[in-house]
Amino acid sequence: MMQQTNIKKSIVYMTHYSKSSHVGTSLSIADILYTLYFKVLNVDPFNPECPERDKFILSKGHGSAALYATLAERGFFPKDFLDRYYVNGGLLPGHLDKFAAPGIELSTGSLGHGLSVGVGMSIANGSSGNPGQVYVLLGDGECNEGSVWEAVMLSATLRLSNITAIIDYNRLQGFGETNEVINQENMAARWTAFGWNAFEVNGHDTVELERVFRIKSDRPKVVIAHTVKGKGVSYMENRLEWHYKSPNEEQYKQAIAELDGLL
Amino acid sequence: MRTTFINTLLELARMDDRVFVITPDLGFSVLEKFREEFPNRFLNVGIAEQNAVGVAAGLAMSGKVVYVYSIIPFVTMRCFEQIRVDVAYMNTNVRLVGVGAGLSYGPQGATHHSLEDIAIMRALPNMTVCCPGDPIEVKEIVTQSLDYEGPMYIRLGKNGEPVIHDEGTTFRIGQAIEVTQGNDAYLISTSNTLELADSWVKRMANQGVSVGLISVPTVKPLDREKIVRILLKGKPVSTLEEHSISGGLGTAVAEVIAESGQAVKFKRFALPDEYCHFVGDQHYLRDKLGLTFESFEQFIETSIDK
Repeated sequence: MMQQTNIKKSIVYMTHYSKSSHVGTSLSIADILYTLYFKVLNVDPFNPECPERDKFILSKGHGSAALYATLAERGFFPKDFLDRYYVNGGLLPGHLDKFAAPGIELSTGSLGHGLSVGVGMSIANGSSGNPGQVYVLLGDGECNEGSVWEAVMLSATLRLSNITAIIDYNRLQGFGETNEVINQENMAARWTAFGWNAFEVNGHDTVELERVFRIKSDRPKVVIAHTVKGKGVSYMENRLEWHYKSPNEEQYKQAIAELDGLL
Repeated sequence: MRTTFINTLLELARMDDRVFVITPDLGFSVLEKFREEFPNRFLNVGIAEQNAVGVAAGLAMSGKVVYVYSIIPFVTMRCFEQIRVDVAYMNTNVRLVGVGAGLSYGPQGATHHSLEDIAIMRALPNMTVCCPGDPIEVKEIVTQSLDYEGPMYIRLGKNGEPVIHDEGTTFRIGQAIEVTQGNDAYLISTSNTLELADSWVKRMANQGVSVGLISVPTVKPLDREKIVRILLKGKPVSTLEEHSISGGLGTAVAEVIAESGQAVKFKRFALPDEYCHFVGDQHYLRDKLGLTFESFEQFIETSIDK
């Protein structure tokens, strides 16, 4: 619980300190990343390149602050790396760079790439008997990209059983509500129509998330995680502008207090 | 070149189980042998080039050496951003293998012509750009590609190109090859115009003009040293390629000349900066678009010291 809160506080701190964007999207996925890195993934911060590890790809690379905060909390690198996010002379760019720090599996930031690369990793694992699982987190807006569906179709055709896609279904994207931009109704039905096993969960309920992640499937699995953009900070929740804004000093203090359960 | 490519790749795959082939549903009558012999290392991902390149990157990041095979415009341009991010930025061992250099697919129309590929691939950091000119160059490049670190683009012509080099010719990726020595001028060629360049040089020789022919199987990294050595002779230099005049071999050589401090007469023989609306085969289109011996002859005659 402490770690879960720390991740969220780090996200707010980083986006405040660096005056950077994407705090809302990062908070949206913080509970998912906590569940994966603290309960589900077979990873070792002291041996981050272990060939049999589970691999996590954050395809929605603009949520990088959440991954950096989670990796630091899990011990992949020192927490003072987080001071070097999105600043001159820094270490951690706004969008993910695999070579920036240990534990980052893929450079992302252009949307619609992660699932394809994850499929390649999944095929490689499957063909060599490697037990490693592959998890790819996508935004619901990201599913506008045609390349996502190319990967969806192939993985179902190949019946890849070691890959899980996770949709951060927060119903907001850059310019408005997802359904107003590109209709996304029946998300689960869309994936099952292509041959995936689909599960819908509350993306902030770590018990539910863990349970679903542990379900074995004979085909690719998608977890549609219903989330709230800006989750945990009252003035950010479900507010489009927090896709891009950065909390000022006063907002920052309030956010930390709320996350600590003091307000 | 296609047959040499697949036969060489089969040899590599028999030696090394890292070799993996992906096609976005192209390569009919070319890739079957590979599919039959290595069904677990062959994947047709369907008509989906973006996914083909992403999947290739994921496999390469898991230790495979992955060859993505298609027609040039589809394997370089349709999925350019996947190449930029997943292959070049991530520095993965993906080999993009494109067939149909320049006007090889002439009558199929401009969607199937490959006139911009060298330029855009050359612009990517980490990317090695290989443009073999004959089957011997193809075999060398593909053989070396197995243990070559980082991403590669391999630009093939079609089938039936003649062997220009002597059997046993060897070179490293990144080296240019002196095909013919010359005293009066130099012609530098890459990719599928090697045969044409060779014929031009021979015709000039028949007229008593000695033109040195350099083949450039690797446009990036370019063999600057060999080019500078030519420049130091002070003779006219020209380039020949079946690619747009913008950004290809001619541009690359011009960059070397511009920074060399040498003053030489220089001309690029390439295709004009326009889409081709003529209908016809490769040889017909070369003539229509100005890749003619007469234009070369004219340059040589007006440039060399008599």
